[in-house]
Amino acid sequence: MFYWLLSVVRRQRIRRGWQKWSSARSGASVAEAHSVALPTQAQVVICGGGIMGTSVAYHLSKMGWKDIVLLEQGRLAAGSTRFCAGILSTARHLTIEQKMADYSNKLYHQLEQETGIQTGVQIYDRTSVLHVIVKKGQVTGVETDKGQIQCQYFVNCAGQWAYELGLSNEEPVSIPLHACEHFYLLTRPLETPLQSNTPTIVDTDGRIYIRNWQGGILSGGFEKNPKPIFTEGKNQLEIQNLQEDWDHFEPLLSSLLRRMPQLETLEIMKLVNCPETFTPDMRCIMGESPSVQGYFVLAGMNSAGLSFGGGAGKYLAEWMMHGYPSENVWELDLKRFGALQSSRTFLRHRVMEVMPLLYDLKVPRWDFQTGRQLRTSPLYDRLDAQGARWMEKHGFERPKYFVPPDKDLLALEQSKTFYKPDWFDIVESEVKCCKEAVCVIDMSSFTKFEITSTGDQALEILQYLFSNDLDVPVGHIVHTGMLNEGGGYENDCSIARLSKRSFFMISPTDQQVHCWAWLKKHMPQDSNLLLEDVTWKYTALNLIGPRAVDVLSELSYAPMTPDHFPSLFCKEMSVGYANGIRVMSMTHTGEPGFMLYIPIEYALHVYNEVMSVGQKYGIRNAGYYALRSLRIEKFFAFWGQDLNTLTTPLECGRESWVKLEKGMDFIGRDALLQQKQNGVYKRFTMFILDDHDTDLDLWPWWGEPIYRNGQYVGKTTSSAYSYTLERHVCLGFVHNFSEDTGEEQVVTTDFINRGEYEIDIAGHRFQAKAKLYPVASLVTHKRRKDDVELSDLHGK
Amino acid sequence: MPRCRGVRAWPGCRGWSRGASLLASRTPPPRAVTLLLPRGIPVRSSSLPLFSDAMPGPTQLFFPLIRNCELSRIYGTACYCHHKHLCCSSPYLPQSRLRYTSHPAYATFCRPKDNWWQYTQGRRYASTPQKFYLTPPQVNSILKANEYSFKVPEFDGKNVSSVLGFDSNQLPANAPIEDRRSAATCLQTRGMLLGVFDGHAGCACSQAVSERLFYYIAVSLLPHETLLEIENAVESGRALLPILQWHKHPNDYFSKEASKLYFNSLRTYWQELIDLNTGESTDIDVKEALINAFKRLDNDISLEAQVGDPNSFLNYLVLRVAFSGATACVAHVDGVDLHVANTGDSRAMLGVQEEDGSWSAVTLSNDHNAQNERELERLKLEHPKNEAKSVVKQDRLLGLLMPFRAFGDVKFKWSIDLQKRVIESGPDQLNDNEYTKFIPPNYYTPPYLTAEPEVTYHRLRPQDKFLVLATDGLWETMHRQDVVRIVGEYLTGMHHQQPIAVGGYKVTLGQMHGLLTERRAKMSSVFEDQNAATHLIRHAVGNNEFGAVDHERLSKMLSLPEELARMYRDDITIIVVQFNSHVVGAYQNQE
Repeated sequence: MFYWLLSVVRRQRIRRGWQKWSSARSGASVAEAHSVALPTQAQVVICGGGIMGTSVAYHLSKMGWKDIVLLEQGRLAAGSTRFCAGILSTARHLTIEQKMADYSNKLYHQLEQETGIQTGVQIYDRTSVLHVIVKKGQVTGVETDKGQIQCQYFVNCAGQWAYELGLSNEEPVSIPLHACEHFYLLTRPLETPLQSNTPTIVDTDGRIYIRNWQGGILSGGFEKNPKPIFTEGKNQLEIQNLQEDWDHFEPLLSSLLRRMPQLETLEIMKLVNCPETFTPDMRCIMGESPSVQGYFVLAGMNSAGLSFGGGAGKYLAEWMMHGYPSENVWELDLKRFGALQSSRTFLRHRVMEVMPLLYDLKVPRWDFQTGRQLRTSPLYDRLDAQGARWMEKHGFERPKYFVPPDKDLLALEQSKTFYKPDWFDIVESEVKCCKEAVCVIDMSSFTKFEITSTGDQALEILQYLFSNDLDVPVGHIVHTGMLNEGGGYENDCSIARLSKRSFFMISPTDQQVHCWAWLKKHMPQDSNLLLEDVTWKYTALNLIGPRAVDVLSELSYAPMTPDHFPSLFCKEMSVGYANGIRVMSMTHTGEPGFMLYIPIEYALHVYNEVMSVGQKYGIRNAGYYALRSLRIEKFFAFWGQDLNTLTTPLECGRESWVKLEKGMDFIGRDALLQQKQNGVYKRFTMFILDDHDTDLDLWPWWGEPIYRNGQYVGKTTSSAYSYTLERHVCLGFVHNFSEDTGEEQVVTTDFINRGEYEIDIAGHRFQAKAKLYPVASLVTHKRRKDDVELSDLHGK
Repeated sequence: MPRCRGVRAWPGCRGWSRGASLLASRTPPPRAVTLLLPRGIPVRSSSLPLFSDAMPGPTQLFFPLIRNCELSRIYGTACYCHHKHLCCSSPYLPQSRLRYTSHPAYATFCRPKDNWWQYTQGRRYASTPQKFYLTPPQVNSILKANEYSFKVPEFDGKNVSSVLGFDSNQLPANAPIEDRRSAATCLQTRGMLLGVFDGHAGCACSQAVSERLFYYIAVSLLPHETLLEIENAVESGRALLPILQWHKHPNDYFSKEASKLYFNSLRTYWQELIDLNTGESTDIDVKEALINAFKRLDNDISLEAQVGDPNSFLNYLVLRVAFSGATACVAHVDGVDLHVANTGDSRAMLGVQEEDGSWSAVTLSNDHNAQNERELERLKLEHPKNEAKSVVKQDRLLGLLMPFRAFGDVKFKWSIDLQKRVIESGPDQLNDNEYTKFIPPNYYTPPYLTAEPEVTYHRLRPQDKFLVLATDGLWETMHRQDVVRIVGEYLTGMHHQQPIAVGGYKVTLGQMHGLLTERRAKMSSVFEDQNAATHLIRHAVGNNEFGAVDHERLSKMLSLPEELARMYRDDITIIVVQFNSHVVGAYQNQE
């Protein structure tokens, strides 16, 4: 199918199929371009003549850009594109992947009719890109082995070589991907040759796929023990000469013959070794480099290049043309990674875990086991010794929960479940402790920036970039969104005003690269305005619970009651012997308590003091699962999970965090004004499951369909068990699709409130109550001194 | 026919002091304990588990029993065939022997007539069912208890060392084990040091050599400026340059108590090296450095014992080190330059892969024992003609010691006067010990023993895939060719089997599947071990007559009580060093 795509791009049609290997290789159909001189200038240079490069070229030209040069170091459609098994699967894990695959599928059908259209794409094969020329953080040209081309945009679609190419820049662009050998088998035809409409079969238990190929079969798979290759970087030639490794293929052959014993008599034609590229999280990589403007990437397809080719090319083309794609692609955005995922050793180890996962059952809350313990808090060893179990985000280890000494959890493999997990009771006791006493959670992974200026520059730029009013008295904390032109969330953060001219900004962990790039892009070049990433400078401890006040006041000899230290307030103070601790009265959960931002050298001291003083208040460690349960039952949306670039504050009930009339313009204001007038087309809603049996029913995780009066209206984005409500809580967006046309209509409060809802978990619908505001009983009330009872004296 | 050498008669003889004193009190020696086997007579293994049933208590209790009993009665009651498999399938027991006869009386037992074979022939044994087996996991946990692997770290995916890494392991027969091993990377010069040390008459000497020898070598290799820098740092109390990066198994310990003493001796050595320096910077010759280091360390061991130490513990320690002995086989690898320094009868064997993929063994060391004509010649030349007959008797040095070169063993080095003086002024433990007091027979012109190594040089080629260093415990159970083949096939794993290519032939999926399953089964025994040395020990101990590992046999061998183990095998210590053919090849291409 990719040949159609190529042929459209090249205005020439090549027949597809394996039988045409030789013709493709002879290059007869490719103009003898290598003898032709390269143009000196182009708007876009695309590196890589595989399916990705050609798809980007096709979409760009279709959307109206005509000045495009596509360079290929070997032949067009060589590499994985040529050798791939040619399976297009539209059953994907992520919604965005699903959309890309659906689009690709339609596109490939449509392309058959489209051939012969003028595209304006010039293709040069046997031309290698040496490096990309960057001036002042902006792409200006490309250096090839055949000369230089000036350009505004460069697209790295170099597949397995994208990593090397990214590093070849003076300002390296890190594109974390790594190749593994991949084998599949070709046989001679069956006695009665298979029909071309024979369905493709995927046997995930056997880790294999099987499809018809010229009356015989083509069968490959994703083995448990992959062979990473080209770790040191290799040239194009080697991919042609890869060895067949029958012994390595043996387990896959065994499972093929176990599934289809009749195939025993089939005669072997050959075993093809076709390396595939994998990424650290099994999702492809697209988007613009955070450090070099005009440098775009589309690579790392995890064996699904053909499925994604069409859709991914379209989104990238939109991204280049409009500055953003038409869908939320954060899950695939290059900026979800930083330089820290770019170590060869890390990639080599991680892809060995990723590739087998392709055919493994993917359970919720699964953590990668390889490439861990890269970034840790100074308290890591202390927490680990106390039973912490860890998860990783952006390379940072975060505690999930703490296994008490007397409790055993299941082994890793046995703990995989879609039902009630083994940590249920552990998290319950942590949540209870947060509600009744005090817990401490190490939240050091959060991204922390400081913005300072000599004059009012910091305030001005922040007022322009953020929707809430940041001109607040010193010491106040503001929850605010960093919005794009469409009013959607680029980031959701808390900003504390440290002084008139300096601000402290706390964002989700995986915002480190994205938020930095966004701020840099919009901040004026002004030496009086300083942006600093201080993530590594502070250890963050979250003291959650009614007793946090007591612990902190005992440690600081300062009154911490709400009268002296109101909510959403920030103050530098001493805790124990340590001075200069930033104490903030917020907990990211809606529970009472404090965040302590501690310069790392004091981290251990403060932690030890907190734990020892906290003992008499029943303090204990807690992890992110407890935090998650607390925030979800309080209807707190989280960026990256619930919020994305296409959701606006008005759609999730955060009008109060947007100050449309703060006296100056900010990014996204126009869109919000318009939305305020027109109404929203989706609404963030909380659902409380009614008839769900926590012990016996499958749990909701995220992505479950929401039904209103029997009609599909959207999907959940996150969910958690609320130990307080003793019910599952799901968060998600409700749409209003017109019954006749399917068109999206305005969603009103009334529309939400006047529906009967069901959440579909794996085919079973559960009744749910919809809420637009947190449950009243959960809103914290002050604890009264005479409420104390005997059980409060127990250690939690 | 295997070489049948002295079989250890008294399992209780583990340390030199206890074993020797035990014997000294035994007169006349009962014939039952003269297990020494005549050369060349195969011994049925069935006879050997003799004591296994009668071994409920400590050996010391057992021997008086033998002494007082009539032999036939013991056989009649205690000898069951508990090792049915060994009886049936093994044509002879794995030869084992005591390398160091502990008492002159012992040597006199060694008459070929007195052999176990004769005693056992007339005996009928009742066959009782096997009751005690080790399961495969238990076998593995025993075999893997001492295994250690080291991979030379890769830097950014590029490995610049000619050594990929090494696997090492040891299996005790003595309790405690008398073998030692060491591995370290030189930090101030290039290269890696690896060595195996086989102790006798206790483990004190092999322990000391394993801790100290590499420092002596490293210091010998250091350029003058570095020595000066280190000396100045010591003098001024600054931090010292580290010299060695050790790669140690947790069981490989260093003696804390002697550390200061050892350091002072080493420092004296480098101070002398500094003083000797003529000022012109000459290239340091590795061969010379190795020889100097060996000799110097042995000299220091001897001196420390003569001088003594005010601390009574240390004083006893240095004496034990000096009066026990150890052989050493050390490899120094730096790029393509491989030096092997050998003293004694451990061995270094190079695994070479021929063009057709087969393996051949290249010996890089010579055994210093009676089987080596040149050693016999050397000994005879070093002593007066009238000693020609006594200097080597029954293939032993002065009729006592099997290796002809060794560290320590001052009984074969010091004059009679010196020995007496040191013993008299030494601690009581020493004085009470019959063995130390005993002077070897025909002891006229000491020294009879040297620690000077024989150094061989080999320039690595791409076909040189690995080096096996092992104590004689391995070499006496396995032929060198088998050793190299087993390691070679292990290290190359699948790759050794010619990769299958279909090209042109008519092969069905079923046929291919059958072929692959067969190949995998062949390999599965290899996959049981993650360590080449462990794999080798598995074969050394568990091989049946067809050269395949037999679990039942392995299980029996490993379940022998520690007192008996020594009869079947010696301590085995193995280091397998793997070379990086790419790096070696690159060196070659540079020229």
